[in-house]
Amino acid sequence: MEEVKALEKNEENNAVAVQYIVVKIGNEQYGINIQYIDNIVRNQRITRVPKSQHYYKGVINLRGEIVPVMSVRLKLGLEDDDYTDKTRIIILKVDTATIGVIVDQVKEVVTLENKDVEKANKTTLDEAASGYISGIGKSKDELISLLDIVSLIEEG
Amino acid sequence: MDVSQYLEIFIDESNEHLQNLSDQLMVLEKEPDNNDTINEIFRAAHSLKGMAGTMGYKRMQNLTHDMENVFSEVRNGNMSVNSELVDVLFQCLDALENYVSNIQQNQDEGTDDNEPIIKALNAFIASEGKEQESSDKAEHSSDSEAITPDIDYNGIVLADFEKNAVNEALKKNLHIYKIRVTVEENCILKAARAFLVFKNLEGHCDVIKSEPSVQDIEDEKFDFDFSLVVISSESFGEITKIIKSVSEIKDAVGEEIKTPFAEEAHTEHHDEIKDEKKVDKDSKEVTVADKKPAPSPSKQAAASGKTKPVGHTVRVDIEKLDVLMNLVSELIIAKNGLVSASSSEDTDVSVNQTFNEQIEYLERVTTNLHESVMKVRMMPIESVVSKFPRMIRDLSKKLNKKMELYMSGEDTELDRTVIDEIGDPLMHLLRNSADHGLESAEVRKERGKPEVGSIFLDAYQDGNNVAIEVRDDGNGIDVDRVRNKAIEKGTITEEQAASMSDKDIVDLLFKPSFSTAEKITDVSGRGVGLDVVKSKIEALGGDIEVKTTYGEGSTFIIRLPLTLAIIQALMVKVGDEKFAISLGSIQTIEDINVNEIKYVHAKEVIHLRGSVIPLIRLRDLLDVPGEPLEQENITVVIVSKGDKQAGLVVDSLIGQMEIVIKSLGKYININKMISGATILGDGSVALIIDANTLV
Repeated sequence: MEEVKALEKNEENNAVAVQYIVVKIGNEQYGINIQYIDNIVRNQRITRVPKSQHYYKGVINLRGEIVPVMSVRLKLGLEDDDYTDKTRIIILKVDTATIGVIVDQVKEVVTLENKDVEKANKTTLDEAASGYISGIGKSKDELISLLDIVSLIEEG
Repeated sequence: MDVSQYLEIFIDESNEHLQNLSDQLMVLEKEPDNNDTINEIFRAAHSLKGMAGTMGYKRMQNLTHDMENVFSEVRNGNMSVNSELVDVLFQCLDALENYVSNIQQNQDEGTDDNEPIIKALNAFIASEGKEQESSDKAEHSSDSEAITPDIDYNGIVLADFEKNAVNEALKKNLHIYKIRVTVEENCILKAARAFLVFKNLEGHCDVIKSEPSVQDIEDEKFDFDFSLVVISSESFGEITKIIKSVSEIKDAVGEEIKTPFAEEAHTEHHDEIKDEKKVDKDSKEVTVADKKPAPSPSKQAAASGKTKPVGHTVRVDIEKLDVLMNLVSELIIAKNGLVSASSSEDTDVSVNQTFNEQIEYLERVTTNLHESVMKVRMMPIESVVSKFPRMIRDLSKKLNKKMELYMSGEDTELDRTVIDEIGDPLMHLLRNSADHGLESAEVRKERGKPEVGSIFLDAYQDGNNVAIEVRDDGNGIDVDRVRNKAIEKGTITEEQAASMSDKDIVDLLFKPSFSTAEKITDVSGRGVGLDVVKSKIEALGGDIEVKTTYGEGSTFIIRLPLTLAIIQALMVKVGDEKFAISLGSIQTIEDINVNEIKYVHAKEVIHLRGSVIPLIRLRDLLDVPGEPLEQENITVVIVSKGDKQAGLVVDSLIGQMEIVIKSLGKYININKMISGATILGDGSVALIIDANTLV
């Protein structure tokens, strides 16, 4: 996991460009580094798992594999999800684990260069969310909060 | 030739032979005069020696050779079996096991010559005052010579230069031998055997001619014999002995050529008349070869260099594979049936009917297929428990207590993964019984028990579980002392202790704090590491329970699931959610009128056929959203663990299903009562409830 983090840092510092998928959660736009993304699926029936962490919505069947699904909203301390036909589950692969996160909408793919990314200033951000944001990206006059996927998933 | 491909077989077979030896030695110790046993031991030792030799494991070969000498003395009645001898022989087995495990790890037997053991073995032969004789005998048994002329040397003819070589050698006072080697007629890889003959002769003599040619021999272009002309400084006996040390070589006969060529005439003939012993030995080789043709081709030293450790293999009965093959073909037929049903142009009704028929067929096939595959993974528990008699024997000596192990149900089958893991916990329990359970002989006498303590190991199938019981007729657990100790150690308070049943107290022994902190053995005679046993068994999806009567003995009962990956389950509905409950833990399903629910300690219970069963409302337990139904009758699934029961209240039953257990991944926290999830026919996910944790 450390390696992944290091790799990510490395890429952010030196790599010319990193691709992010921009998703909408609430009113804000978040970017997810494309290297973690395995798949994006439509919302489907989620089976509730009793007594699990509150931000886990449950598990889904992804082509025969059971994949836990997390609500980014709940994890970031926002309101509960409101499922619409734009709701998507983004399947992330971190290390060998597969995990799904629910987002309100998937918007686009952007390519951000180092100069477009500003390191997150922890104090300006909402407390619950601050730990999971690795930086702020600027693209076409819009601000994108870049999600730190590893800590989003790892921290419980 | 590379032998590494035979290594797995070699290891498997060696372990089998070692186990066999160990079993037979146990018998021998009790019945020193049992000829069958002695013969069996001799046979096993001999096969081991041969196998080790062909694989090039010299140390292993030497040790087995010396063991064989001892057995041969015993068999000939020159030596009697006593306990000390058996001790040494067991040490031999341990040493051999070490060799094998070394080989398994790095394909090398290690460097331990085990000289003390070899010395001890030889000392036994010597102490019988027959060492000289026996070694002579050994010599004789392998190259007993007698004179018979007229041996067919496959028409071997020496070319001129070869004759010159012979003449040269004679001038140097070297011996020239003509030898005819005969291979066992049922030998599978004659060429390999012949190759070994050549290989073993290297360094002892020069082979100047062979008939058929070496090439032909290697290509297996010979019947059952070939002839050699060799030059050597060693005696004829030595050379034939080397040849005959290769397994499946039936005979090596020949003569010495003493006169230079051109005047080839009279020579001294040697031949072998197989003495009785030799015949005996041969016939044994035949049986061994018959039984296991596969390993015999293994030859030459192991591949040099460190290679990867040898993996695990499962030997599968060919019949089981045939069944699998049949099922797979049936599966294809069923699939074809579906294809034709879907493309048929009949009316809707009949298409539907054909479909249903085919689906039923498919279902039957997949169920059978699953069962068969599981069977392939199943192994009899024997492979684990067979080492225990030996262990108990050692313990008996070490602890100076007389005890006897009685086993039953060794043929009970369990999944391979379970078999691999269950050995240690069982060993632990047996040790516990032997060490702490059984009283000393004096105490036993006082209590009017037989002097020899008994330990029982019983395995049997119990529904979807396999139960293994370790029982002893020893002291049992002194509940009061455990209780006091627990209070003393602060594990429980005095009030708690007062309200705890004896059973609860005994269960304290499985608590980690109890076993590690201090020697509980002083108190109750139980305890060290029982928590490890418990956690290991739980990791396998099983559970352990103990029953004890102070003064009469105790019983540890282990229950293990038959299979791990696929189970039969009852699907139930609670609210809008579906859950699976393993059929193995379900006893009955009852319709209970709400009026029958009683309260004990503010908990709901029902009275069912004489027993009081606590109710667990799955709706509450699993936080199922929605309001409970107002029902006159509730559906209760009665589950059991050991002799404990609980009733799970569900909204409705869906039916029985075969489900595949899947894990939920590592990031989501799951409660212990959820043992996994499964995917239903409609693609949705249902959680599996582990009823064992609820009871």
